Amino acid sequence: MRISLVVSEAATGLRRNLTMTVAAVLVISIALALLGTANLIRQQINEMQKFWLGKVEVSLFLCRDIDSDRATCPDGAITDAQRVQIQQDLQELPQVSEVFYESKQDAFERFQEQFANSEIADNISAEDLQESFRAKLVDPENDYNEVASAFEGRPGVENVVDMRSFFDTVFNVLNGFQVGALGVAFVALIATVLLIVVVIRVAAFSRRRETSIMRLVGASNLYIQLPFLLEGAFAGLVGGLLACVALVVGKYLLIDQLFRESFAFNEASWIDWSHVLATCGIVMAIGLLVSIVVSYLTLLKYLRV
Amino acid sequence: MIRLDDVTKLYPSQTRPALDQVSLEIDKAEFVFLVGASGSGKSTLLRLILREERATSGQVYVAGKDIARLSNWKVPQLRRQIGTVFQDFRLLPNKTVLENVAFALEVTGRPSHLVAKVVPEVIELVGLAGKEDRYPGELSGGEQQRVAVARAFVNRPSILIADEPTGNLDPHTSVGIMKLLDRINRTGTTVVMATHDADIVDQMRRRVVELERGHLVRDQARGVYGYAR
Repeated sequence: MRISLVVSEAATGLRRNLTMTVAAVLVISIALALLGTANLIRQQINEMQKFWLGKVEVSLFLCRDIDSDRATCPDGAITDAQRVQIQQDLQELPQVSEVFYESKQDAFERFQEQFANSEIADNISAEDLQESFRAKLVDPENDYNEVASAFEGRPGVENVVDMRSFFDTVFNVLNGFQVGALGVAFVALIATVLLIVVVIRVAAFSRRRETSIMRLVGASNLYIQLPFLLEGAFAGLVGGLLACVALVVGKYLLIDQLFRESFAFNEASWIDWSHVLATCGIVMAIGLLVSIVVSYLTLLKYLRV
Repeated sequence: MIRLDDVTKLYPSQTRPALDQVSLEIDKAEFVFLVGASGSGKSTLLRLILREERATSGQVYVAGKDIARLSNWKVPQLRRQIGTVFQDFRLLPNKTVLENVAFALEVTGRPSHLVAKVVPEVIELVGLAGKEDRYPGELSGGEQQRVAVARAFVNRPSILIADEPTGNLDPHTSVGIMKLLDRINRTGTTVVMATHDADIVDQMRRRVVELERGHLVRDQARGVYGYAR
């Protein structure tokens, strides 16, 4: 078999059928980019869950001087005695497995770290921040209410926050995006399949003279089909590459440039380039596989061998 | 070389078979005219030999093989043993004479040194030496058919099938093509030619097989086109 001939046949086919091929490539890239996006969102959720859940489930924010206008802190700042008592009570609760204390200074350091590149950090001192107890629960699904009710309204406790419910909202939003991306990706994939069918059909039609002669002189089936399969594969590959470029650009612009600045999460809770690369690989493989399989099935119907 | 045993071919949407229990044997190096009115089943018979169609019942043997039992991926091997020429030439308009002939070898994966050696020989055999670089559009009908014959013969097939090869040509040019087919036949190639051209059949005095509405009605060595013309 002479590969150069097959490749030049495929190239001729692509050139003759340029507009349709470009349309197919673009739709493939959209479908794949959305698939990749859905996958990255899923991984983003996983990363955040890995980092945040299991670390803190309940946060007890303690009163500051400036909180005296709040209903929960009529006496102003928490006293040392209250703090000691709360810590002791927390540790004695059977539902609580671990307790961390975050002082104002700790909070300030974490804050400085998270907003290192931002002006906000310069305008805030340790005194402005709340000290807090962070508790890990034995059974986070069920124990929250009991723990919360034990400390809500207690002198010196400004607020009790269920961190899970906070992150659940975040995850719900992300999940929504993921489902949306998957839905549109699915529609785009259907469009992709239809477009590839048309591309291959038109290619088979415009080369019917060549293929009928090939058939008569005894060219092997593979030899006759290969240029068409290569055309399909090419569309899939270029679509995959474009989708990868979109994912890389998206990760850079959205996560690195926008979200990291806007949301003060820990570094480890963001997906990194290895996730993007792996997703690129998956997306390209799907693009190639779909386009080759669809091309082949189309050939079975529209190209006699 | 070719044998049909009780072959019937019924196309799906038709009630009358295109071929009805036809038995026929063609030996190696024979020259056979296939005659009959349009719709008599000539083309169907040729298509069965090429395995473009499968017989509804009966067996078709080509080169000793029952081609109904040939698996699909072996069909190309069968077709490499059979050259085909058609009324409408079927050349590639964007390829030169040389490229058209070479195409048959290239797409069957022959090495390029073989192509470079064999193609000019065949082009000379069909009398087109010096016109290798012309395009089909620049050639007369007779010349185009010679290119088609060259392409059919370049693989050195043991069988050459011609479906009304002179149908588009004037009588004088037709004679030239017939001489060419005769020469190819003399190299030991079996030639089966479907035709409506009575003069040619009468002149050549070769075996004549006549079909009528799917039935074999005459098989005559050194025959003529027909009794009642």
